[in-house]
Amino acid sequence: MSILDHHKKIETHATLLLVLSFLVVTIGGLVQIVPLFYLENTIEEVEGMRPYSPLELAGREIYVREGCYVCHSQMVRPMRDEVERYGHYSLAAESMYDHPFQWGSKRTGPDLARIGGRYSDAWHVAHLINPRDVVPESVMPPYAYLMDRPITGEYIQDLMSTYAMVGVPYTDEMIAAAPEDFTVQVDPFGDTGGLLERYHSAQVRNFDGQEELTEMDALIAYMQMIGTLVDFSTFQADESR
Amino acid sequence: MAAPNKKNHDRPTTGHSWDGIEEFDNPMPRWWLWTFYATIIWAVVYWILFPAWPLVRGATAGMLGYSSRADVAAEIQAVDDANAVWYQRLVDTDVNAIHEDADLQRFAVNAGAAVFRAQCSQCHGAGADGIRPGSGFPNLNDDEWMWGGTMDDIVQTVTYGIRNEDFPDARYSEMPSFGRDELLTSEEIDQVVNHVLNISGQAHDAALAEAGAEVFDLNCSSCHGVNGEGDQFQGAPALNNAIWLYGGSEAEIRASVTVAHFGVMPGFTERLNEAQIRAVASYVHQLGGGQ
Repeated sequence: MSILDHHKKIETHATLLLVLSFLVVTIGGLVQIVPLFYLENTIEEVEGMRPYSPLELAGREIYVREGCYVCHSQMVRPMRDEVERYGHYSLAAESMYDHPFQWGSKRTGPDLARIGGRYSDAWHVAHLINPRDVVPESVMPPYAYLMDRPITGEYIQDLMSTYAMVGVPYTDEMIAAAPEDFTVQVDPFGDTGGLLERYHSAQVRNFDGQEELTEMDALIAYMQMIGTLVDFSTFQADESR
Repeated sequence: MAAPNKKNHDRPTTGHSWDGIEEFDNPMPRWWLWTFYATIIWAVVYWILFPAWPLVRGATAGMLGYSSRADVAAEIQAVDDANAVWYQRLVDTDVNAIHEDADLQRFAVNAGAAVFRAQCSQCHGAGADGIRPGSGFPNLNDDEWMWGGTMDDIVQTVTYGIRNEDFPDARYSEMPSFGRDELLTSEEIDQVVNHVLNISGQAHDAALAEAGAEVFDLNCSSCHGVNGEGDQFQGAPALNNAIWLYGGSEAEIRASVTVAHFGVMPGFTERLNEAQIRAVASYVHQLGGGQ
């Protein structure tokens, strides 16, 4: 009786078959997933990454709420045509504070991983109000109503605490100062010292050109900083990937 | 499946039996079996040639030394090398002399057109026409320039941009919001708007325009010129013609005087190399309005 004959024991015993199948799948999963947690080059260390400022974070929530990711990815792949069009290919570290990440595998619109600083605020306002006004062939829906929806940062501390819980390094000081940081980022004449100390190179402007702080401000504040944090002049590509 | 076949009765079975149904012990088709073995061998070959198994610090590198990053770097380098002669000629030649070298000019205009489509067309329009009159994005086909239309001026504008916060060398000027900040009364704004309508050759109220001439002289002429001819050192557009950045109707002019526009253009010195900037400047310069 060869060892293969023991098959019969497994095949005729439903519970044993279930337990052993589970074991095999578990081992396969562990082999694929566990190394990502300890391999040193899973997320390369880069200069410049910081958590989102409160206003940028709110803008990111709006980005996710409106489903921008359905048509726009945020991942420049390491291919010449993409690098020439969008800029340096994306690094894992650039999404390290994203929950969930916005990589995406399908594009209807262009990739947005390097959108920050590429257009003026006025362009973004015009484009979001009616995309066809600036890109005649666009099929993007209009988001003009963002101009009419004021936001106050009422829940921003709860949001930041939640992100802190899943590992984004928001300090107590950052969370305590969030309501002020939220509103001061659209006020160039305000006291922005604390904001800039906590969130380096945060852009302070009236993004949508309106008096009121609206969702449009938050969304553009977010979009104008996407992909701008890493200092690529000091970046050394890890050639092993 | 095949109907019961007498010939099969002599074949060996696997010995499995479910409710009296037995299973013949036929061998796997030969082609299937060898394909299966080949995939196993290919997997082992792949482990050896390509990055595969996670170890303690990183994954095995594979004998071919494959790296997607090295690939893209090499691919970009290959194209840069192919263009190196031309890029070098572009950088070495005086910007104002590029057009004198017909071959170089042809390369610059073609390369510049490619750069323009990727980097500039979203705001200036695919045809560089500013999308439509009054869009706020300048038409680059005409000979009206806000910051100058010589090669030097265009290179400077593309390199550092306009009114952005990224580059200290960005071109900068700011028009006051005469209405919002209450620098002019609404009556004075009415007057000066009619004066601008007058000097741009449009229908206007003569009495208001006459009074507006004085308002213009005191408040606007230092940037826009005594006759509204504009000033490229300050990026102040000419007002005495039919070309408008933000619209030339009475309502649009009033809106611009009340709350001033503050057009921003990004700088491209970090996105493009010097040769590409010169190429796109050459492209824009030859569109029709280069000076």
